[in-house]
Amino acid sequence: MVQDYVFPDSIPQAVSILAAGKGKARIIAGGTDLVLDIRDGKFSAETLVDLSNVEGLNRIEEVDGNISIGANVTHTQIVKSELIQKHAPGLVDACRKIGSLQIRNVATVVGNVVTGNPAADSAVALACLDTTATVVDINGTRTVPFSEMYAGICLSCINSCCHIVTHLTFPKKQKGHGSAYLRMEQRNALSLPMLNVSAKVSVVDNVFEWAQILIAPVGAGPQHAVDAEEFLKNMAVTNENIKKAAVLAKNQAKFRSSSVRGSKEYRMGILPVFVERVLHAALVDAIQA
Amino acid sequence: MSTTLISFTLNGEPAEVHVDPFELLVDVLRDKFQLTGTKKGCGEGGCGTCTVIVNGEAVDSCLLPAMRIMGAKVETIEGVEKQGRLHPLQTSFIDKGAVQCGFCTPGMIMSAKALLDKNKSPSKVQIREAVSGNICRCTGYVKIEEAIEDAARMLREDAVKGECHD
Repeated sequence: MVQDYVFPDSIPQAVSILAAGKGKARIIAGGTDLVLDIRDGKFSAETLVDLSNVEGLNRIEEVDGNISIGANVTHTQIVKSELIQKHAPGLVDACRKIGSLQIRNVATVVGNVVTGNPAADSAVALACLDTTATVVDINGTRTVPFSEMYAGICLSCINSCCHIVTHLTFPKKQKGHGSAYLRMEQRNALSLPMLNVSAKVSVVDNVFEWAQILIAPVGAGPQHAVDAEEFLKNMAVTNENIKKAAVLAKNQAKFRSSSVRGSKEYRMGILPVFVERVLHAALVDAIQA
Repeated sequence: MSTTLISFTLNGEPAEVHVDPFELLVDVLRDKFQLTGTKKGCGEGGCGTCTVIVNGEAVDSCLLPAMRIMGAKVETIEGVEKQGRLHPLQTSFIDKGAVQCGFCTPGMIMSAKALLDKNKSPSKVQIREAVSGNICRCTGYVKIEEAIEDAARMLREDAVKGECHD
């Protein structure tokens, strides 16, 4: 049962509170998932540690050639950010899809990632951007690659009783780079994704230098469609090659039939269509770079 | 478990209340301020009927720990009417028949108000996005959308006349 709700002024103070709590103090971000998880008994905490008063964590900024998103940045902030629109339009599209406007006004992007849900919209969009997380705990600060943040299905490597993700960081868009995000859903609002994909491409002289293609929910966190990525390396940008890559994406897709997200057969059938579309959208963004 | 005294602005007036560490805003509004216009529907952020405005943004009060509103400006449906005069959104909802059972209406109006406070000339897409987190199971959404468009028109006309609904 929650006994205390505290607002530390700094990250070191927050880390000390977590350490003193010995597993019974927990970070609360937007709380739109955690409030329900505590009520339903999935998580428990005696002390909730709210970072709202920690200065600087509500900023989206350009730092040393990277885009940095603070722990308190909400999905609405991302949707309205010109900086993110310029460097990661797919992340804007992903954040616009989460929950409802009321939830997006409160829920944070870092929280969306830390929940560990494999189909979390913002996480799928961030996964193709070479994102890293800055994680602080009692032992200091470390940088964790996005791919190492998942411990299993709906399981994060981030333990909110001792770790604090202070920032998510990804490189600024370079010339010839483009990214995009797409999801399939049952309706336009308040719906979970049935399938979501993101892609980032690097194009030089109409040839794919490389492509990153992420698909979800097909495993612990967004998964690389490695066969499709490998196929596109140094291949000409043609509709035929994109179609072939889109079919190869099925090799890494291990869908489960779900009453919420749809049957595995249907989603497997639709996956190449979405991969093809997301690659074309990423190419359009690359042209604008 | 100790309670905390929090201070905030509620419908334009200073307010103070003792809250439990994990008490939710919807319960504080309904049980401690008797502001029962804010409805408790699904209780999990899925229906929007508990929508209130916090610091200018529509939020689900069923998911918001009350501790979070310390120092904030909170608006509920009870604060929309000013000095006995209905807000254009309220008159438009009545005039356009956008109310049937009425359970979703407070949340629907608060979501619409959060939009119109910032933008008095919203597009249909912006109106639909603003109320996309509010579910109505009676009327459908056409009359609601028409009511919000109509209220926006009235607000623009009032602005020309120098009348304010803040």
